[in-house]
Parts: sequence; structure tokens; C-alpha cells
Amino acid sequence: MDRCMSTASSTPIRKVSDGVSDQFPAGLRVLVVDDDPTCLKILEKMLRNCLYEVTTCSQAEVALSMLRESRTGFDIVLSDVHMPDMNGFKLLEQIGLEMDLPVIMMSADDGKDVVMKGVTHGACDYLIKPVRIEAIKNLWQHVVRKRRNELKEFEQSGSVEDGDRLQKASDELDYSSSVNEGSWKSSKKRKDDEDEGEERDDTSALKKPRVVWSVELHQQFVAAVNQLGIDKAVPKKILELMNVPGLTRENVASHLQKYRLYLRRLSGVSQHQGGVNTPFMSPQEASFRSISSFDGLDIQAFAASGQLPPQSLASLQAGLGRTTTSTGVAMPIVDQRNIFSSEISKLRFGSVQQLSNSGKQVSLLPGLPTSMEPKQLPHPHQSVQSFGSIGLQASEGTSTFLNMPTSLRTTLSTQMHGVHGNRSSPSMMQMSQTQSRNQSLNEMVGGHASGIPSTIGQQIFSNECSGQVLDRDRTTINGRSAACNPVSQVSSVVDFSMNHMTELPGNGFPLASATEVSNLTSRGMFQEGRKMGLKGSRGFAPSYDIFNELHQPKTQDWELQNVGLNFEASQHLNSIIQSNTNHAPSIMGGQGFSSSLKNGQNINMLVYGNAVVSAGEANEHGNTENSAQRPNIHLVNTSFRVKSEEIPDLSCEKLLIPDHFGQDDLMSALLKQQQGVGPVESEYNFDGYTMDNISV
Amino acid sequence: MDVNQMERRLVDYTASLFREGLLDDQFTQLQQLQDESNPDFVVEVVSVFFEDSERLLNDLGRTLDQQIVDFKKVHDHVHQLKGSSSSIGAQRVKNGCIAFRNFCEEHNIEGCLKCLQQVKQEYFLVKNKLESLFRLEQQILAAGGSIPMME
Repeated sequence: MDRCMSTASSTPIRKVSDGVSDQFPAGLRVLVVDDDPTCLKILEKMLRNCLYEVTTCSQAEVALSMLRESRTGFDIVLSDVHMPDMNGFKLLEQIGLEMDLPVIMMSADDGKDVVMKGVTHGACDYLIKPVRIEAIKNLWQHVVRKRRNELKEFEQSGSVEDGDRLQKASDELDYSSSVNEGSWKSSKKRKDDEDEGEERDDTSALKKPRVVWSVELHQQFVAAVNQLGIDKAVPKKILELMNVPGLTRENVASHLQKYRLYLRRLSGVSQHQGGVNTPFMSPQEASFRSISSFDGLDIQAFAASGQLPPQSLASLQAGLGRTTTSTGVAMPIVDQRNIFSSEISKLRFGSVQQLSNSGKQVSLLPGLPTSMEPKQLPHPHQSVQSFGSIGLQASEGTSTFLNMPTSLRTTLSTQMHGVHGNRSSPSMMQMSQTQSRNQSLNEMVGGHASGIPSTIGQQIFSNECSGQVLDRDRTTINGRSAACNPVSQVSSVVDFSMNHMTELPGNGFPLASATEVSNLTSRGMFQEGRKMGLKGSRGFAPSYDIFNELHQPKTQDWELQNVGLNFEASQHLNSIIQSNTNHAPSIMGGQGFSSSLKNGQNINMLVYGNAVVSAGEANEHGNTENSAQRPNIHLVNTSFRVKSEEIPDLSCEKLLIPDHFGQDDLMSALLKQQQGVGPVESEYNFDGYTMDNISV
Repeated sequence: MDVNQMERRLVDYTASLFREGLLDDQFTQLQQLQDESNPDFVVEVVSVFFEDSERLLNDLGRTLDQQIVDFKKVHDHVHQLKGSSSSIGAQRVKNGCIAFRNFCEEHNIEGCLKCLQQVKQEYFLVKNKLESLFRLEQQILAAGGSIPMME
């Protein structure tokens, strides 16, 4: 029977991202999927008796759509192995890839090979039926464990496996275009099995925690793929080329699959709208590479990944001359961590690139196709981590980007995931340019809780920002709070009309942790770092609730509530940012914004496209000391990690990106800004944002 | 008989079901799950089980009756029946399913048919017994008594 009902338990303690219910584990939101009605009923009762909030489903497809609809609506999933419409392992994989929730498998089959399959596919546990209530009672441990692991990974900085890399929502600039639509997230919708198959069995029995495809990582990936040629790119070779410790072929395979889908999707979108030289590489391919002509705001392209509304995108394009943005982008960035923020790379901010020394990908600047230089992120330190496609380098403190003259504020929509959509990122960038108004460097993204794949929604920020694409200035990364939205809320963000951006003080910065992010806020357009609307993180997976509770300090100001916040977020951001001092970018798993933004940290979110660069996130891990966060404009996708370092109140101004950005200018402008910023800057002296160095 | 007698009878009856292996500890778990918020829980679940099982048994019969037997389907049905019977504690049904599955893996039609018969028998037996049990419970409740908790 397919009965999907949401049963509210008697104690619907909803864990909000900002805090964990103290009745935890009561109120844990469980989704049970089993085609056997008897078992379903029994499990439901057991779960209710444990005071969990239960939703039952007898069909895997329905369950998936429920999950997609509300990425943060559940904390854990219980699924049967044998189901008529979809294999339980496949569901498991999908959930892991798309939502990264803990999944427990169940079966009457206790054969060793089946159990092994569960392990290799990433199940958190495997229960043999008949399931006893004792097993149910302890379900919450998986949720906590996962969050802790993610956090830990995040803190470990920049490890690839960072679970929470903040997806940098590259709020790209107005490129709502394809970036959005391309958003990875949407691509996640596909249900097909991974073509690549990479057999999970193939991986070591020890299944690693899900890899968060940070911007940087993604860029590396894309670079590798491009190098091999999209047709010839096989996971094994890609893995070799990428040479990332800890990354498995399986990870690459699944990512590749997604990427392919993403590309397909992008190609279907009219991405380049204008003939702009999309610095960002037009959807896929070329764009990835070409960081070249980043017009000023390649970031926009990235922003586009966010979800720039088509029109803004168009405007951006017009402004930028770049087309690449897939206008469709306005989509809410699925929170996937679209790493493909290659678009972000597109963000070439010419200058930004330079800023980022390390190859961190997010080179917001010169349209570096992140893919190209995987490491190129503009900011050297930026821990690009998890920047998915984010062009945003939310370097904390890096307000450099933000400092871009307001004009720039191209709101890069930090789409974190959306960056995928980055295709449009070029356009996004453009958009951002136009948006420039937005100035808001939407750093937004910074907030994302690391790894907020879901937050990606945020990306959209910037797009909205005044259509004026930052062309001149820099695309302000729209921190659209969209970025904050941990989950797909992005779409809402997208709607930010650029106008919003301006207004939002920081709006849109998805920077969740705006706290530090403060940088983003550019006045009006720029979201002053603080403003980072990153409230997005809120949406982040509920799981974060726990997360939050675990890492309270960090998230505190997350306000990143889903993008929807967008502006409210921004406002909050301000407050948050300011108040946030700590923020360890709590990697909020999905939270889009790593709260790591420490106060004052300027989140230089040059979020390209999706990546919300979490500037400063990097700091969280360990790097904290680095005040050196460079405000690199790290357009990191999605994973915008805001450095948790405490940034001495960088005035947002600093973040503003100088208007005269041209690509080259941008960088220099940023650099100047940095210098000009004064002591504060020095702290963050990162080009874009200080990101933890994502050492890939 | 009076309420006390009925209650005692219920206890004995239930105990015998356990003793004979018709029911196992999982059934007890179900009983323990029942509470005031859901006083008919056990009856409801068991009803769902009955419905579902009969459907499966019919499907099994049909599948095994085909010219070309689709053993994968047979396997899936048996697997599900095994899962649900084990979940409610119908031990003998579950055991029957295990044997059934083995024949199925061997693609032994004869063996499967025999097992199907066996499983059906066990199923109807436990169904019968449970229905009697529930009836007895109803009578007790109607008479103002209370259902004694097992174990």
C-alpha cells in the first residue's frame, strides 16, 4: 500500500537549526520506507513509542520525492532492502548523494553479502528483521554520529571529505541562469543509477563518509575531466589526476555521474545568453576552462549558478557581455553540493585569481574556471573547501571581494549547489555585474554551513542583485541568503531581485555564519559581510539541529535559514555576523553556511555561482589562526566556509569590491582593499575569503 | 465463565501458542507496544498481516502455476512473507518460508509447491489461533476484565 503519511508524533519537537531540541532524541524525524505493510505499521508504532516523528512510505520513489521536497525535513531514513519499485541500495545511494542523511537498511535477509552491500553503499547500519524496539530506540545515535563526523571533517579542514563543506553558494550574480537550473541539485533528481556504477562494492569495505564536493575539489575534478576529455573520463583516471588523498574512485564515480547529468542538463539550457564571453565556461565544457575572459564578473556566471533569475541573468549578460548564464538558473539550487561549480571558476575575476594564490579554485576572478585549475582558487588559503562551485570565496574577512566597489557587488549567487547550474555562471557573473548593484558581495554564502549542500539554494543570491552585474565591480557574491538556504530554498532566493540585494544589507548572504561573514555586506549591495544573509543554513537539514546542538557556538547565528530568508537573513546577518563570533563554520552539514564566519570575518564571498565561499571557514579548522584569511575571492562553490576566525569587525566596506573592477582590477582592487582595510584586513588578508586552505 | 476464569484461560491459551512454536517473542514485543494511545494495535497489525499474507500466498500459488516459473518473483514473495511473519512473531510460518526459499533458490518446483502447502497450513493455523485469542480478549474486556500482560 502506498501510504505515505506524515504522522506527527506526539512530540513534534522540531529541531531548528539554531538549536537542538532539548528533548532530543525525541522528535527525531524519521522516514520509514518499506513495501511490507505489516512491518511498516510495526515500525511506525515502535518509532512513535520512542517519541520520534514518523513518516511512513511504502514506495521508494515516493520517499525520494518527499526527501527532495524537504531536504531538511528528516533526520534519518529507515529503508527496507527489497522493494518492488526500487532497490533499497539504490535508494540509499541516492539519499546519500542528494541529501546526505543517515540511512539505516533493514531486511529479513541476513546474508553476509547483503549486509556487506549495505556497508559498501554507505548505510549507517543494517537491521535484521524482525526489528526490535531496542534497535529503534537507539536510532538517534546515527544522526549524532554523522553530524559529528561531518563536523570533524570540516574542522579538519578542508579535507576533501569534509562533510559539510559549506557549499558555497556562489551566489552568483545575477546569473540566475542556468546556473541555477543547472544546479546540481536538480540534477540530483535523476534517479538513474549511477552509470558509473562505480560499484560500491568496489570500495573498501569501509565506506567513507560522504565526500563533500567542495568547490575546490570540484574544480579539480572538472579539470581532470576536461583533461581526459569528457568522453574518456573514467573515474579511475580522474581519481588519479585529481590525486586527492582520501578520495575514492567510488566518490569520483558517483560525482562523475552527477556531473554528466548536470552537463546534460545544462546543455539543454540556453546558457549563454548573450554572446558574452562567458568567462565561465559555458556550460560545461569550455566554460570550465576558460577562465579567460572574465569580464569583470565572471563571477556572475557563478552567480548564475546560483539562481539568478533569468532575467537578471540576461541583464547580466548584457552587462557583461557574457552569456553564459543559463538563465534558467533561477532555480533553487538544489542543495547539492554541486560541486560543479566549475562555473565558479568561471568567475574569473581576473584579479581575483591572482588573489588567490593557491590555486584554490574558486577563483572568482578571472573567470577561472575552477575546473581548470582546480586549485586555483583565488585565494590561497581559502579553504576552498567545500566550495562547490562556489565562486564565492567567502573568505572570511576577505572582504576583499566584498570590498569591491559596490558596483560590483555582483551578487554572486552563491549557489552552492546551484552552482552547478553554473553554467550560467558566466552569466551569472554577468549578472552579478549588472547587479553590481548588489554590491553585496553576497558573501553570503559564507554562511553556509559547510557542506551545506543543501543550502545551495542560496546561491541565488546575488543574482538578484541588481542586475547590474558586477561587471564592473565584482560580482558581489550574493550572499543571497539564498545561499543560506540550506536547502533548495534557493529558489526563493533567486527571486531576489537585485534590488534586493542592494537593500539587503548583507542580504542574501547565505553566509550562514554570517557572523563572521560580515564582510559581505556591502552596503546595500554588498552585504556587508555581516549581512550575509546566510541564514540559509537554516534550512539545513534538520540534522543540523543536532548539529547545532553539538556545535552550538558555531551556528549560532546561523540564521541561514533557507534562502527564503534572503533578506531577512541579511538583516540578520548583520546582527549575526556581528555577533557571531565564533563560528566555527560549524560545518553544518548542510547548513549552508558555515557559521564559521567569525565575526568580523569578511566573508569575501565571492561566490561565484554557487559556491558560497565560505571564507573563513577554512579557518575553522584549525586554521583559525590564520587571520590571514585572505579575502580571496574564493569562489568556492558551495562550501562556503566562513572562517571562523574572529575577524575584527571588518567593516563591510572593506568588503566592497571596488567598482572599478575589471578583472584585473578586481584583484588589485581587492588587494588594495585589503591593504586599505587596515588592521582588520590584515587579518583577513585573503583575497577572497579566507578559506581554509583546502589542500586538496 | 466469569471474568477471572476467562482471564486465566487467556493466559493459558497464549502460553500454549508460544509453547507450540506458533508464536515467538516478537509477538510479545507487539503486545508490549500496545498502549492506551493505541489499544487495538496488536489486532490491527495482525489484521494487516493476514490481508497481506493471503495476497502473497495467492500470488505464490499463481506464480508457481505458470508454465515457466518466475523464480525471482517467487523468491521475492517468499522473502516478503518471511519478513512480515517474523515481524509479528508467526514463527512457524517464518520457518516454513525459510525452507521455501531454499527450494526456490534451487529452482525446485516440486519442492516449492510442497513448501507452499506447508506454509499455507501454518498460516491458517496461526490465523485461527490468533483469531480465537482476540475473541477471548474481547470477551474479557466486554465483561469488564483486563487483558493480562504476558511475561
